[in-house]
Amino acid sequence: MRYSGIKVIKEALTGHKGWKPAWREPDPKPHYDIVIIGGGGHGLATAHYLAKVYKQKNIAVIEKGWIGGGNVGRNTTIIRSNYLLDGNEPFYEFSLKLWEGLEQDLNYNAMVSQRGIMNLIHSDAQRDAFVRRGNAMILNGADAEYLDEAQIRAEYPFLKFDDQRFPIKGGLAQRRGGTVRHDAVAWGYARSADNHGVDIIQNCEVTGFKIENGVCKGIETSRGFIGAGKVGCAVAGNSGRLMGMAGMRLPIESHVLQAFVSEGLKPVLPGVITFGAGHFYVSQSDKGGLVFGGDLDGYNSYAQRGNLPVVEDVCEGGMAIMPMIGRARLLRMWGGIMDMSMDGSPYIDKTHIEGLYFNGGWCYGGFKATPASGYTFAHLLANDAPHETATAYRLDRFKTGHMIDEKGQGNQPNLH
Amino acid sequence: MIINHPLLGPRDSAEFVYMGDASLIERPDPEAENAADQFHDYAYLRDNPAGELRELWFHEGGDRSWLVVTRDTRTHEISKVELARDVARSKGRSL
Ligand SMILES: Cc1cc2nc3c(=O)[nH]c(=O)nc-3n(C[C@H](O)[C@H](O)[C@H](O)COP(=O)(O)OP(=O)(O)OC[C@H]3O[C@@H](n4cnc5c(N)ncnc54)[C@H](O)[C@@H]3O)c2cc1C
Repeated sequence: MRYSGIKVIKEALTGHKGWKPAWREPDPKPHYDIVIIGGGGHGLATAHYLAKVYKQKNIAVIEKGWIGGGNVGRNTTIIRSNYLLDGNEPFYEFSLKLWEGLEQDLNYNAMVSQRGIMNLIHSDAQRDAFVRRGNAMILNGADAEYLDEAQIRAEYPFLKFDDQRFPIKGGLAQRRGGTVRHDAVAWGYARSADNHGVDIIQNCEVTGFKIENGVCKGIETSRGFIGAGKVGCAVAGNSGRLMGMAGMRLPIESHVLQAFVSEGLKPVLPGVITFGAGHFYVSQSDKGGLVFGGDLDGYNSYAQRGNLPVVEDVCEGGMAIMPMIGRARLLRMWGGIMDMSMDGSPYIDKTHIEGLYFNGGWCYGGFKATPASGYTFAHLLANDAPHETATAYRLDRFKTGHMIDEKGQGNQPNLH
Repeated sequence: MIINHPLLGPRDSAEFVYMGDASLIERPDPEAENAADQFHDYAYLRDNPAGELRELWFHEGGDRSWLVVTRDTRTHEISKVELARDVARSKGRSL
């Protein structure tokens, strides 16, 4: 056993010099059966399920920086399956079920915490919409619970119930939702994939594809050419850039989303809260910091930092529902690049180039999708057919009229 | 970000609404043979470059003009601001 109580004591007494790396650092081989581009949550999960569930061999994950340095290590760690539409809800519920068994599957403590998520309701129309969504969730086998104001007061007495503009009228709760330690997700999947023989190659940037007669034969990288039977791309915010190298234009724009964490506090916030009248969501990390965020900055960006108007807007949202947040000092803030799609829903699909597969368009909700995204992308790569929960995520759905637009916003990525 | 409006001078970007890639000015010909394909690409596909991008901003909290702003998506640095009307006219698209 790699980790045990005895080992911890022994290492503590001997200066922690005996711990071994949790995964190898192999040099790239000249050829793999399957190459995954992107060592984020989705790429690493794909490799894990390819090897473990779909019994594929000779797999590599190619990462330009270090694994977990992208959005998987930058998000606000919320997991949930509270979607409305048929194309989405079964997929996200499948993901939540995988989260529930993840730590056993990986033998890794990812700190999956089903502390519950509460979407606050501020008007009658919103109540109708949320009740409808709750029913859709229940129809798809997920859990949902409508709470009235008194019930929410009992659980969250410190919220601002009688705000003049946005009084809290109720809430839609998903008790099985919650948070997960984001870095541990990347590390857990990486260790498991590595244990199953997957080569994780870091500091290796993909700079091009070798495409001959409509067939993808491999990738050009900063560490030379790597041949591949199949190539799966899962690079989140860099999707447009990467697929551009294969001559593709995508239904995606890259936008920056910011997140914030306060100084560490004693436990004050039991679950995840979202504001229904503005865009604001907050939870408390196990270290004690209040972790929160809000809207996109709203313009195309590849800079992993945002601007001040959104900082102000997010803090106003926080003050509007949870005034005590004003007493906490902000410790850190950062940004990540989101692959915003044209209808707010993702893509898991083959491309028109044989042997080239695409996973992206996760917007700001791809962390919760990590297990199902990996599972269904692995299914697609192994079987050349979509997994039953991911049949709607086609790249050509705007052409065929099958968009999955939860918010009904149309083709304006910064509004999803 | 500060956008240097050609008529009003430097304005806070928070006064504007963002619309995206300025290629949206170039609406395809609805009479063309492959109009459906062209409109699909026009409405749904984007170049999404990391680098210089020409994009549409609407001055909603100001004089309500549309601008074409040339901005680097890696640094947010703005190198050029034009009235969208002038850009459209130069392409023969507006009166
Ligand atoms: C501030 C913020 C808050 C968020 N909050 C939530 C939340 O609460 N709940 C939720 O569900 N989701 C949330 N998300 C979204 C979620 O984090 C992402 O959708 C998800 O992590 C994307 O998938 P990934 O983990 O594979 O991406 P990443 O971790 O970004 O992985 C992509 C990897 O590809 C690599 N790459 C890129 N280009 C190349 C190349 N050319 N060659 C090789 N490698 C390359 C990158 O270095 C990167 O490591 C949030 C995101 C942000 C930024």
